[in-house]
Amino acid sequence: MSTSHATPRETTEGTVYTVTGGDWDEIAAAAARTDDERIVVNMGPQHPSTHGVLRLILEIDGETVTEARCGIGYLHTGIEKNLEYRTWTQGTTFVTRMDYLTPFFNETAYCLAVEKLLGITDEVPDRASVIRVMLMELNRLSSHLVAIATGGMELGATTIMIYGFRDRELILDIYELITGLRMNHAYIRPGGLAQDLPPGAVDQVREFVKKMRKNLPEYDKLATGNPVFKGRMQDVGYLDLAGCLATGATGQVLRSAGLPHDLRKTQPYCGYEHYDFEVPTADTCDSYGRFLIRLEEMRQSLRIVEQCLDRLAPGPVMVADKKIAWPAQLALGPDGLGNSLDHIKKIMGTSMEALIHHFKLVTEGFRVPPGQAYAAVESAKGELGVHAVSDGGTRPYRVHFRDPSFTNLQAMAAMCEGGQVADVIVAVASIDPVMGGVDR
Amino acid sequence: MSDGTKGTGGPQGGGNGGTNGTGGVNAADGTKGPNGVNPDKDLNAQNLPGQRGDHGEVIDTRRGMFGASGGGDTSGYGGLVRSVRMPGATSRPYGGWFDEVADELEGALDEQGLVPENVIEKTVVDRGELTFHIEREYLPTVAKTLRDDPALRFELCTGVSGVHFPGDKGRELHAVYHLRSITHNRLIRLEVSAPDADPHVPSIVAVYPTNDWHERETYDFFGLVFDGHPALTRIMMPDDWQGFPQRKDYPLGGIPVEYKGAQIPAPDQRRSYT
Repeated sequence: MSTSHATPRETTEGTVYTVTGGDWDEIAAAAARTDDERIVVNMGPQHPSTHGVLRLILEIDGETVTEARCGIGYLHTGIEKNLEYRTWTQGTTFVTRMDYLTPFFNETAYCLAVEKLLGITDEVPDRASVIRVMLMELNRLSSHLVAIATGGMELGATTIMIYGFRDRELILDIYELITGLRMNHAYIRPGGLAQDLPPGAVDQVREFVKKMRKNLPEYDKLATGNPVFKGRMQDVGYLDLAGCLATGATGQVLRSAGLPHDLRKTQPYCGYEHYDFEVPTADTCDSYGRFLIRLEEMRQSLRIVEQCLDRLAPGPVMVADKKIAWPAQLALGPDGLGNSLDHIKKIMGTSMEALIHHFKLVTEGFRVPPGQAYAAVESAKGELGVHAVSDGGTRPYRVHFRDPSFTNLQAMAAMCEGGQVADVIVAVASIDPVMGGVDR
Repeated sequence: MSDGTKGTGGPQGGGNGGTNGTGGVNAADGTKGPNGVNPDKDLNAQNLPGQRGDHGEVIDTRRGMFGASGGGDTSGYGGLVRSVRMPGATSRPYGGWFDEVADELEGALDEQGLVPENVIEKTVVDRGELTFHIEREYLPTVAKTLRDDPALRFELCTGVSGVHFPGDKGRELHAVYHLRSITHNRLIRLEVSAPDADPHVPSIVAVYPTNDWHERETYDFFGLVFDGHPALTRIMMPDDWQGFPQRKDYPLGGIPVEYKGAQIPAPDQRRSYT
């Protein structure tokens, strides 16, 4: 080889190789020269197979991983701190960016916590709750599609990736129609929703459910019975029930160990007790079980979405309390979404009180009685908990997100140690961590 | 009663359909008056800038308004003094399964030769949630009891969340734990506090290994030292970072930005109403 991709460098810890290409020959040759079998491989944070900016530090002995550790924090953006300098309503704009693949779960969990602090949980209109559930279930689908797609890609299966992103695109189109954006929606607000469903949304969702019902079996055909896929996934990333509870793992990791723990069933919120669906489990404790659970959860989500469409009844989508409800209806203008011209006409032309009210609510925000609340939702990845503290002001005093990716990623070491290097990727993919949520 | 002058009632009180005093223990029943709240009559109103009455527990005293401290008092709000009160201790009965959990916990502590009154500082029931404030040195014992006692069985800890109350002298740093029992389908909260001068709380990683990263995160952001943690290092911030970013005295930073010709100050320099 004329150009070397693996340049050696001597440090106090030993010889360090920086690998930038796909050439491992020099490292293999150098390792063969030393009698020390112990090699520490640093993988990431910029690596296509580590699911975002995750850094894996693997100590390997031959092909076996003897110790595995995670380095995180490369995507820390200080969202929790930033929330303390915005109003409670502005908070949704920030939390939607945490786990960017599950924005509606972040928004709902946050809003449920704020509503609990306000004591208005029961006053959120039914229509708002139904739309929240519908969006969350669509979000579960889009998140699982990415999990399966990128998980497949990391194994080298590019077809399943194309399929996953193809179907996810249909869901993103629905998001765009309903919220105006494909991600970072800030659509769910304390007290309800930013605005009602636009015309045509229900039809498009129905159309999507029909199409998705047809597309879902393709994943079965492509992967479920595929011997290569099974060979890579089965018995890899093993974590039993005791391990799950000790490491605090929830979601598919916990359910793949056989425990049907799902907050939608055990601690229903947003009216989940009225929907008919099942919680799939597996007893294999491995990556393949988690894959099967994700597939089945997508089918169940489609059922819930259909029930949401049937339950949708006309009505308000924001609490009646004018001291909390955002004063304007949004409308599409030449420079994007903004206040509807009718509302501006009213407050500027006819009612000074309405103008003052609008101004105060938008700039100052509403006050939230002092205290703390914890609200949790079953996000696509597990228990997403929000601990919100108010000091009686118009801004959150403290908001902490217990992101399932963060907690589940801790189980990585338990899943990978003792296994093969190549299986680390499979195990991490089966956790489906999203670094935006892990690092916040 | 020095706090909460008439002026503070103006922005929020008196209007139509304001949130009635739905804070505190009353939150659960969700009763609401049709005409909002009158700060002169309803002493329990908690959605007002200044609170009245002597309920709850004072954690901070604030002066002025709009977040301005330097400069002349042109608003007239500069002399405003108000207290921030968190929901205070609740007396029995707590209601529902709360009493059962409290009884079992106290009984189990008794069996271990501990006096429950020394271990549990106070019990707060607020917004349908049960909080035990625990003396910090007993935290691991309480956590282990809650996990192992068959009648309690809180198997899952959802981590720790730090809260910094600079005005709460002697107990500035709080660590808040949420424990979930899958067996009994219950959720409780434990809260411990530590002074800024001695920011130590025992680690419960030995009881709930999941708290490993959570405690590192809380250490990273609040400087709470969890004694007994296997490797308490920074997790989000770089290892050589100075200071603890989520403490209240740590600035947010940020720079003013220009938008449509006007200078918009950095978020922490903007007017604040809290």
